[in-house]
Amino acid sequence: MYKYDKLDQQIVDERVAQYRDQTRRFLAGELTEEEFRPLRLQNGLYIQRHAPMFRIAVPYGMLSSRQLHKLGDIAKKYDRDYGHFSTRQNLQLNWPKLEDVPEMLAELATVEMHAIQTSGNCIRNITTDQFAGIAPDEVIDPRAMAEIMRQWSTFHPEFALLPRKFKIAVSGTKQDRAIVQAHDIGMEFYTDDADKLAIKVWVGGGLGRTPILGSVIREHLEWQHALTYCEAIIRVYNLHGRRDNSYKARIKILVKALGIEEFKNQVEAEWAHLKDAPNTITEAELARVSKYFEAMPYENLSAHDASFDAAIASNPAFAAWAKRCVHVHKQAGYRAVTLSLKPHGKAPGDATSDQMHVVADLAAQYSFGELRVSHEQNLILADVKLSDLYSVWEKARAAGLATPNIGLLTDIICCPGGDFCSLANAKSIPIAEAIQMQFDNLDYLHDIGDIELNISGCMNACGHHHVGHIGILGVDKDGSEWYQVSIGGKQGNDASLGTVIGPAFSADEMPGVVQKLIDIYIKERTPEELFIDTVRRLGIAPFKAHVYAKNEEIVSV
Amino acid sequence: MSNLIQLNDDIASIAENLWVTVQLPPSNVEARKQAGKVVQFKLTGEATVSETQIADTVIPATGKIIVPLSVFIARKDELLTRISNGEVGVWIDTHEVLADLVNDQADLNVLPIIAVHVERFADGRIFSLGTLLRKRYGFKNELRAIGDVLRDQLFFLKRSGFNSYLIRADRSANDALASLKDFTAPYQGAVDEPRPVFSRYNRTA
Repeated sequence: MYKYDKLDQQIVDERVAQYRDQTRRFLAGELTEEEFRPLRLQNGLYIQRHAPMFRIAVPYGMLSSRQLHKLGDIAKKYDRDYGHFSTRQNLQLNWPKLEDVPEMLAELATVEMHAIQTSGNCIRNITTDQFAGIAPDEVIDPRAMAEIMRQWSTFHPEFALLPRKFKIAVSGTKQDRAIVQAHDIGMEFYTDDADKLAIKVWVGGGLGRTPILGSVIREHLEWQHALTYCEAIIRVYNLHGRRDNSYKARIKILVKALGIEEFKNQVEAEWAHLKDAPNTITEAELARVSKYFEAMPYENLSAHDASFDAAIASNPAFAAWAKRCVHVHKQAGYRAVTLSLKPHGKAPGDATSDQMHVVADLAAQYSFGELRVSHEQNLILADVKLSDLYSVWEKARAAGLATPNIGLLTDIICCPGGDFCSLANAKSIPIAEAIQMQFDNLDYLHDIGDIELNISGCMNACGHHHVGHIGILGVDKDGSEWYQVSIGGKQGNDASLGTVIGPAFSADEMPGVVQKLIDIYIKERTPEELFIDTVRRLGIAPFKAHVYAKNEEIVSV
Repeated sequence: MSNLIQLNDDIASIAENLWVTVQLPPSNVEARKQAGKVVQFKLTGEATVSETQIADTVIPATGKIIVPLSVFIARKDELLTRISNGEVGVWIDTHEVLADLVNDQADLNVLPIIAVHVERFADGRIFSLGTLLRKRYGFKNELRAIGDVLRDQLFFLKRSGFNSYLIRADRSANDALASLKDFTAPYQGAVDEPRPVFSRYNRTA
């Protein structure tokens, strides 16, 4: 993974000093709350329901063992011994003290980490596929470009105070796993007809209050121009995006208002001036950064391992885990492993300090000292030998990190919700826990098969509920918490937004509602169909009819 | 003491303000509201200055003046001699459109100073306006930030091409000086240093 040189280190060190002084001035009354707000937000600090919330950047989801050990230490020393991995591949701490944040940042800087632009109206953490560099369907490893874009976006002076937050995702696979269509800018890397690295650029996607999938603004952009083209897009947005109403301030609203053609014309007119400007990426820079993402020093292994095969044959629990949590790898004899942060009945995405240390040790021992955070809020060991899988499983299981539910109904994507977040209209974690307990039967979960369930505690959609096969949104009705259910959302190349099935439910009803949706699917599915396929084939009507039916009989369709 | 910071050859210092900023008389149009709250940011291109305001603007008879864009365009005839004497600058609001200035005044370098007024410090349009004035329209003279100008935005203003900063009256310009040096070697090319870090340094992996 990327390693800081002295220039990178200087920037984060100077950032710590800058923020230390800003915090001092705030506490001394020299900065008003309003003036301090964007400064703390751009250092990851929210003021929340119970305490501040502090969001640490995990650029494009990559972590080293050493960094994760440090995160575990920080969670213990300054927080309540746990952290929450978010859908933006970042780590959030829910109980820090405002006064401690400069010191926390200083500790992070010692392991090449920071909280720069993890919140606020600026370019946020750039996200990508958790299997970057190892996925067999990968065309291009997007991480070098993601790192170049991270550096470019860090304190970009022109875009320091945008109308609203700005999220960029990059992807280099045939099957998109970075939800590029749901980002302000999505960059899909591919190899063009001339065998050169090129980018398909999407713009104006986003979830939140007004969910919209992005539009293609450019089918083919040579990679050298990635930064200047983004500058053209963001300049048009910075000047013309709505600042009068924060609910209408995202770029998607501007793109919709102008229409993609007119928006594109404005961007291209801007880019005519910016093309080939000094921020054009050089071959040398791409080569320099790409060196950090070269393939690991893999051993030459056979595609099969006898001990692994034997363990699968003799140990059903291990086999169940391997089926869900072990993923194909482009190198023979290696696999990627997802460590589930979704044990049934616990807050999805949470990890204790002890668990962080366990994972850091596993990464150090079995996966070249690196790991990744997925936007599905799990942790990934990307390069594990087949022959080591059994040992990894045993250790992960002992630490509660081996629930074999990856991609299944209980692998719920969930925001912190009303338990922690001051924006939330409703709690989300207890809903996730209740659903997990309703479906606490692994055979049944496997029978239901691949499905994605997403929960957001408010329309800001941190739980990405719009793209969940089942999406649950917490809403406030006359001061009480209700849950609106949508089905038919999907991430990936054929992304779609879910459709709301009808009036909202109380928290108590939610496990039963999900059960009814699943019942209809089980009844109606063809042998090869996943839940999402059945919804797409039948539409929402039969699901809606059953969920809202007065009696308990399954309604015929 | 003056609250003006000027940057000369990358050396910042407190300087005497030689320019008078000419204000528009208050508008009698009620502020736009949304959900009961006054809208804090005007839309880009939104017409906000009335003919009456322009006509009623009091232009001092002598001295160096920075006039509002709308007054500069509408009452240019009164200003021609002073413009050629280098006594007239223009200020624009962050919601105003640069094309209006450039269509009226093709050679911006006739103006010794252009100021951009930021009503609220969080309005980042000022950074794009500065960048465009320098890079697109080739403005070489003094570019000043006025209005809600606070020290924590100075580094970005400097990088966006501003070389003078009238710090808000209730804050210390002297304290603010330090923030111009927040970062030694920023990553990306911008107005003050067009080359990105990878073109300025040999960063071997």
